[in-house]
Amino acid sequence: MDIRIENLTKQYGSQRAVDNLSIQVRTGEIVGFLGPNGAGKSTTMKMITGYLGIGEGRIFIGDKSVNEHGDELKKHIGYLPENNPLYLDMPVVDYLQFCAALQGVAASCIDQRIRSMVKKCGLNAEKHKKIGELSKGYRQRVGLAQAMIHDPEILILDEPTTGLDPNQIVEIRKLIRDLGKEKTVILSTHILPEVEATCDRILIINKGKIVADGTAENLRKQSAGQEIVKIKIEDATAEAIQHELRRIKTVDLVELVDKNENRFEVQSQSGSSSKRAIFNLCVEKGWVLTELIPLETRLEDIFRNLTVN
Amino acid sequence: MHVIWIIAKRELLSFFDSLIAYIMLVLFLGFSGFFTWLFGSDIFFAGQASLEVFFNIAFWTLFFFIPALTMRLLAEEKKTGTIELLLTKAVTDREIVVGKFLSTFLLVGIALICTLPYVITVANIGMLDVGQAVCGYVGLLLMSSAYISIGLYASSITSNQIVAFLLALTIGLFFHLLFGILASNFSGIVGQVFNTLSLSNHFESMSRGVVDTRDLIYFFSIILIGLFLSELSLTKRNTQ
Repeated sequence: MDIRIENLTKQYGSQRAVDNLSIQVRTGEIVGFLGPNGAGKSTTMKMITGYLGIGEGRIFIGDKSVNEHGDELKKHIGYLPENNPLYLDMPVVDYLQFCAALQGVAASCIDQRIRSMVKKCGLNAEKHKKIGELSKGYRQRVGLAQAMIHDPEILILDEPTTGLDPNQIVEIRKLIRDLGKEKTVILSTHILPEVEATCDRILIINKGKIVADGTAENLRKQSAGQEIVKIKIEDATAEAIQHELRRIKTVDLVELVDKNENRFEVQSQSGSSSKRAIFNLCVEKGWVLTELIPLETRLEDIFRNLTVN
Repeated sequence: MHVIWIIAKRELLSFFDSLIAYIMLVLFLGFSGFFTWLFGSDIFFAGQASLEVFFNIAFWTLFFFIPALTMRLLAEEKKTGTIELLLTKAVTDREIVVGKFLSTFLLVGIALICTLPYVITVANIGMLDVGQAVCGYVGLLLMSSAYISIGLYASSITSNQIVAFLLALTIGLFFHLLFGILASNFSGIVGQVFNTLSLSNHFESMSRGVVDTRDLIYFFSIILIGLFLSELSLTKRNTQ
């Protein structure tokens, strides 16, 4: 099921939480919402799930509008809210049973669904404990399990990996990736490597507006501008190397980082690459090139550029 | 309908899991038993096989107990945030409100079933007016429903359980006592209006064995208005 959001606006008092937001998410796409605190990620997600009323604009899921058919659409959505609220006095299995029944899973399938969710989320050892007795990571798994219990076409996950240990994070990411093959997944997170690891597409939101939209690579390309490489050359003095490097046509700037070890940072003119030219120069002069590291613009930098004014 | 039952069942089980149900049953049976059989103008003073004494005591005990049961229904979910999960499941606001109402109603029903030995005892020591007894029980159930619905509303407008409890008790006090007192202080139309609003008057006639459609309309109006307002305050999140 596709999600189509058109000119979505939500006002809290005088503050615009979401400002004329339009996006489209196709089936089988995993979209990562990125944004600083208070950017409007959660608000948008809450409006998609039908928890918050839609201020202005429209949200379509499939070909039905959330504005009119909100209650009907809920059973196609699996939702993990931000702080993962759960009934702490209920045992895990009872809670999953309750959620499955509410979501309209046929009584004959409930047990089988619960078994498969418990297995997928690694809850087998804890399934008869009360949720209140579980650690944060396990609660998070229960939250994921309840979101997926009715095999929804759409998954909305608000910070799904908070509180998980590194092994669990890898597992959950894999789980999300697997699910994302046939489902539509929107997840929000603060952890930037996570978006790169799990999402097909990144949406950066700031002050209720989309400021960037694309794959991690695309975003890099857009903001990268100039290529920067770190190099180390042996068998010559730093001055001589620096002099020769400056003579390469495509090179914009050469910076000597470490004089004793002959390390340089070479910035190319925008739109061109100097890697081959550097290599050829070394061959020509008989120098040995021992390091050449392209510096990728990190997602963190893109994020900061776009969201800090 | 199915969904309402699922919600009611979970809620009822959590009453029992958290011991609230047991405490409420023990206290209710303790109070009503003590004052019906042992203390004050108890059932033996009446001189006839009637349960009116019991009905009057239950009338007061339920008035205090019901707000304690209803206070957590929605306020707790709002405080912990679980309301967000519940509302994003395939249920409507109305089903949630009715399900929660039903759970408390069933608990009060269980409490009243536990008083059936009183009926059997009284029936054995004299000629019990069965019609009157049935009427009294129906009256208690209707009165409880009205207070549950008021309590549910109080719980829906706050995330603090104590506030919900006190608010439910305050609103209840008007229907239970104050409207009756006001009615006796005013004459004419004003007095009549207060008289109609007083829950005690309607309950009294039922506990004496008289079923009047006006009483039924009165109780059902309170129940429906309470449920409607609770639903409204849940739905209000959409327009904020």
